[in-house]
Amino acid sequence: MKEERISQKTGGFLRAAKKVRWKHYVNYIVIAVLLIVFSTSSLTGGMRSSSQYLLEKIAISMILAVSLSMLVGFLGELSLGHAGFMCVGAYLGGKTAAILSASLGNGFLTFLIALLAGGISAAICGIIVGLPALRLKGDYLAIVTLAFGEIAKSIFMNSSNETFGGALGLETPRYDRKSLFILAFLLVLLTLAVIQNMIRSRHGRAITAIRDSEIAARATGINVTRYKLIVFAMSAFFAGIAGVLYSYSNQTLQSSKFGFNYSIEILVMVVLGGMGSINGSLIAATLITYLNVKLATILTGNLAILQNLIYATVLILIVIFSNAPALSGFREKYAPMNLWRRKRTAKVDPALRRDDAKSWSRIPTKIKMDELLSIDTRPEEHRAVRLEGDKPERRD
Amino acid sequence: MELITTLINGLSLGGIYAMIALGYTMVYGIAKMLNFAHGDIIMVGGYTILVFLNLTGSPILATCFAIAFCVMLGVLVEKLAYKPLRGSSPLAVLITAIGVSYLLQSLAQILFGSASKMVNVGYLDSLSFGGITVQGYTVFTLACSIVVMICLTLFIKCTRLGKAMLAVSEDRGAAQLMGVNVNRIITITFVIGSALAALAGLCTLMKAPTISSTFGSMPGIKAFTAAVIGGIGSIPGAMLGGILLGVVESICNRVSSIAPYTDAIEFGILIVILLIRPTGFLGKKRREKV
Repeated sequence: MKEERISQKTGGFLRAAKKVRWKHYVNYIVIAVLLIVFSTSSLTGGMRSSSQYLLEKIAISMILAVSLSMLVGFLGELSLGHAGFMCVGAYLGGKTAAILSASLGNGFLTFLIALLAGGISAAICGIIVGLPALRLKGDYLAIVTLAFGEIAKSIFMNSSNETFGGALGLETPRYDRKSLFILAFLLVLLTLAVIQNMIRSRHGRAITAIRDSEIAARATGINVTRYKLIVFAMSAFFAGIAGVLYSYSNQTLQSSKFGFNYSIEILVMVVLGGMGSINGSLIAATLITYLNVKLATILTGNLAILQNLIYATVLILIVIFSNAPALSGFREKYAPMNLWRRKRTAKVDPALRRDDAKSWSRIPTKIKMDELLSIDTRPEEHRAVRLEGDKPERRD
Repeated sequence: MELITTLINGLSLGGIYAMIALGYTMVYGIAKMLNFAHGDIIMVGGYTILVFLNLTGSPILATCFAIAFCVMLGVLVEKLAYKPLRGSSPLAVLITAIGVSYLLQSLAQILFGSASKMVNVGYLDSLSFGGITVQGYTVFTLACSIVVMICLTLFIKCTRLGKAMLAVSEDRGAAQLMGVNVNRIITITFVIGSALAALAGLCTLMKAPTISSTFGSMPGIKAFTAAVIGGIGSIPGAMLGGILLGVVESICNRVSSIAPYTDAIEFGILIVILLIRPTGFLGKKRREKV
């Protein structure tokens, strides 16, 4: 009865179902529309190369943030070494591209093979790092990922000149700047499609179940080992792809760039975007990268050192404001989502509003606590001792 | 002979790591947070020594000032940045700690410039006995760390405050019910940790007298590794891990063929040890119960 009334009001149950589905695709559509706008303006020559560089950086950050979000937000394992996977992907992909561009030419095919090489090598590292994850918990795992990142950095830093360039850096082939960011955004769409569909599938629910309680997940028959390794491998694979893009975007690779600080920057995107929210990490990745690149161009010379100060202060304030238990009332009152919701609920016909207390009392299985507590649980013979008219006494 | 010198150098380096690792491990044990800003307290200590050395000219006085300043800074950071987040998710606290670390580094860059500076904290004569020559700072660092460790162990074992700290690290809720003022205990933890960080800053400066804004980053990460190797949250574990890491680093640095890979070897040891003992050497195993 109630549903009928609602459906009359909103214009049919079908439309409601459709609305939910649109919500699932909104991030693809936004990115695709922006991509079409930007690529037309780039291919017609109306875009500065600094903007193209910025867009490449944003795409790389998006891939990194979404892939880390899967590991931290959905599997619930803290990783402090995401830049390490990126480093492996960047170096191996960049090296592959450098070798192949001699024979195949510096074209799309080389790019594709380099992507696969970088992604797969990073994924193998992901599985290797994921193996300790099966035994370790929480902060101990975090330090292992940190250690992995530092090891990867150190190995590439000390490589010889012929292999990976060592301290001088590895020269990697460049791609036409006009179209590299388009490829990068297509890869963002691919990453989103794979990770988002995975999370929304049965496997994704298994992964979030592991996050919420590993023991309960194991008890329901979820293969925790397999899922943990899969998530580590996938997350590392996309980080590796981001690394290959990075190597195409910056023509010289310096392994010192992929240190602890870069891993933290990616983690900050995920945390500020909201744990377990892919759209949140996309938005945070865009904003943080945009601010970093813009601040670096605006603040030059003596002002350049202010960049970190601003970044650090804003970071601390945002985290305290959005997490402090003392401010939770304030947050709930003024959160934009809640303001919007309040307006919407205010418009709903009062007759349609559910009265929770009423429906609760209608449920026939409601336990009557008073009656339960007054039941005398003593054995029969003890009960007989009781005087007539005595109240049942409770024994603890 | 050379082996013994290397070992002694390793022990003294391990002493520095152990002093920093004690700060990490105590804060982790009591406040249940990874304080990534701890390494930068060392840097602040180093710069304070630089400033007061220029003002007073006495290294001892400068060190005292540095310890006092670091203690104040540590307590201030705890009150302003970490206390509001008590009870929220550990990841939020971690990110705040990293924010504090960036903040301290950039403030140091603004105040002192990004170029590294020389700090001359004085030279101690090297000692030699039986053909072994040991640098003065090595002996000083070793003595410092041994005294610190003994004092800290006695403090934890024998005083009421120390026992209260142990109680809070064991079970915060139960300790609170027994009348322990948890907030005060956490503040005291930060006081001890920051003082040790300042002392570690002095010892590092005696070893290599240059300072920049990233002075404390690598020792901080290494000491964190040491704390995890020993079992984070365990005080003897931090000492053990620190000394192990120091000795390994000193040996690796002596062998020229593997010297560039010292960092990689140390972190590799960490991974191997965690694979064998998932909670470090002396860490407590927590069985998860349903």
